[in-house]
Amino acid sequence: MLRIRRFEERSLRAYQAKKIGGFLHLYIGQEAVAVGCCSLMGKNDHVITAYRDHGHAIAVGMGLNELMAELYGKITGCSKGKGGSMHYFAPDRNFWGGHGIVGGQIPLGTGLAYALKYQGLPGAVMAFMGDGAVNQGAVHEAYNLAALWQLPVIFVIENNGYSMGTSQVRSSAGDLAKRAEGYDMPWGSCDGHDLYAVRALMDRFLRAAREESKPAIVELRTYRYRGHSVADPDNTYRAKAEVEEYRRTKDPIQVFQQTLVAEGVLNDALIAQLDQAARAEADAAADFAEASPFPTPEDIQKDVYWEADHPAERKSQGRLFFD
Amino acid sequence: MPVITYREAIRHALAEELERDAQVVVLGEEVGQFNGAYKVTEGLLAKFGPKRIVDTPISEAGFIGLGVGASMLGVRPVMELMFWSFYSVAFDQILNNAANVRYMSGGLIHCPIVIRGPANGGTNVGATHSHTPENVLANHPGVKVVVPATPADAKGLLKSAIRDNDPVFFLENTILYGDKGEVPAGEHLIPLGLADVKRAGTDLTIVTYGRSVLHSLAAAEILQQEHQISAEVVDLRTIRPLDIDTVLASVAKTHRVLIVEEQKPFASVGSQLAFMIQREGFDDLDAPIHRLTTVDAPAIYSPPVEAEQLPNPRRVLQAALALMA
Repeated sequence: MLRIRRFEERSLRAYQAKKIGGFLHLYIGQEAVAVGCCSLMGKNDHVITAYRDHGHAIAVGMGLNELMAELYGKITGCSKGKGGSMHYFAPDRNFWGGHGIVGGQIPLGTGLAYALKYQGLPGAVMAFMGDGAVNQGAVHEAYNLAALWQLPVIFVIENNGYSMGTSQVRSSAGDLAKRAEGYDMPWGSCDGHDLYAVRALMDRFLRAAREESKPAIVELRTYRYRGHSVADPDNTYRAKAEVEEYRRTKDPIQVFQQTLVAEGVLNDALIAQLDQAARAEADAAADFAEASPFPTPEDIQKDVYWEADHPAERKSQGRLFFD
Repeated sequence: MPVITYREAIRHALAEELERDAQVVVLGEEVGQFNGAYKVTEGLLAKFGPKRIVDTPISEAGFIGLGVGASMLGVRPVMELMFWSFYSVAFDQILNNAANVRYMSGGLIHCPIVIRGPANGGTNVGATHSHTPENVLANHPGVKVVVPATPADAKGLLKSAIRDNDPVFFLENTILYGDKGEVPAGEHLIPLGLADVKRAGTDLTIVTYGRSVLHSLAAAEILQQEHQISAEVVDLRTIRPLDIDTVLASVAKTHRVLIVEEQKPFASVGSQLAFMIQREGFDDLDAPIHRLTTVDAPAIYSPPVEAEQLPNPRRVLQAALALMA
């Protein structure tokens, strides 16, 4: 969680220094969700998420260097500078993105679960979405398919209270996870700031998915401190005091830190040391990104077609690219 | 060589690939128990069972997206769209996810999915069911687009499509499903991106694909018999990748080009072809490139008038004569 936080704070500084283009959707405040969920992953468990994806990428074990370099648009980035902030991928870590269209990743995640079941693998998929995604048609189509075919997928709604600048009460009717009842799926919800609570709830549903191929919808209530993206001035739809209240009382890192201190695992010296290490790692990632080369114009047309990238195995003929 | 229908040719391709590769699955509306809305998949459920032949709800965004996701993990789904016209409700899954995921992941992921189904007008089903989206699809780098005109091509191209590691969109035609032709039994592969000269000629080149190939061949017969004009008919078969070399070789021989396509004219496949022919074959041209398309309006319902909105032998003949005048 601390590494995610420091990475994102460092990326924000880089964005403000104009090192990063496009959008930057920060996860700050929501860290316990990605860490709690991804820390439960086994060999055949998979993750897919939307565009606020830095936390999940770090939680599945991607390196800060390749992630920061991707933000900088460098060839050393995890997607070679072709995806950017919203499109992190690491299939070798069972992480399938990083998707830009709200809710569009949910049918894909359901398809990953379909593949697991088809191939007889005892795994589960966690398909993450924000509270803004729950009203998309594609999400409901995926719910239906998952329930109809009993696919091992858990739809994880990270409810941070706002779909961009529109609060939950202004955008969604009813309880978000309870919609599962309409599809005859189990559901649950908990405080997403509490790492232990997230793990306990998710573990239950993950076991049911892995062992009995049971889908579920889970709502994890969380909060983002920053705007929807860095471009959001965050002064139209919520009070500063509300943000401060969350920071003061619910911050997932503070909450977990206090727990670990109480358990005798952490002390002030260790906290300072961990924090220092996380800051240093984030700074080093920024240095790595800064020092890395950009892709070249010749790279633009690579990674478009599998066949074009494997010319020795190409079977088709004719022109793939046009000018 | 066995004579079978276009429909059977597609069915044979599916059955052979299902037999060959355990990762191949067929999913779509009514493909199983109902035996296919157009009976293309008839008998496949009985032969391969419900794990391999999967009936989906009417939920194109959901099940196409599911297929794309499954393909990322190594399943090779062949998805049936009852009509390609329904692609609009799955557009995000087809053209944001299937087309882009390889690129956005820097080449870490590929997406070996086939989406197939009919895409044509001429059956009096109105504007919502008569779209021919090959130009829209082919506009997206990362995808392949195939439009077969004959039973043999349908089989050979579909088998290649299923073995392809890129997303392939395969556009059939409800009017052609009953057409018969010689089709090789067993293994028969036609590479994607290879055009076929369906009729040799010397005076003009008709570049076309899909059902318009048949109209062009019919018109070419009349041109020969009644006007002593020898037309060469080049069937593209695949829109992307595009075999422009076969087109240019024909143009170098005939020096005149008529493009015939069941497309609306604005930014059609023919627009791209015309650009490439003038750019790369300018010195071979003795006349401006002509084009015959669908008349530029949403598909009309009225049966006799719809036949006149689409390319047909009479309209092709007229366009060819105008070019030769």
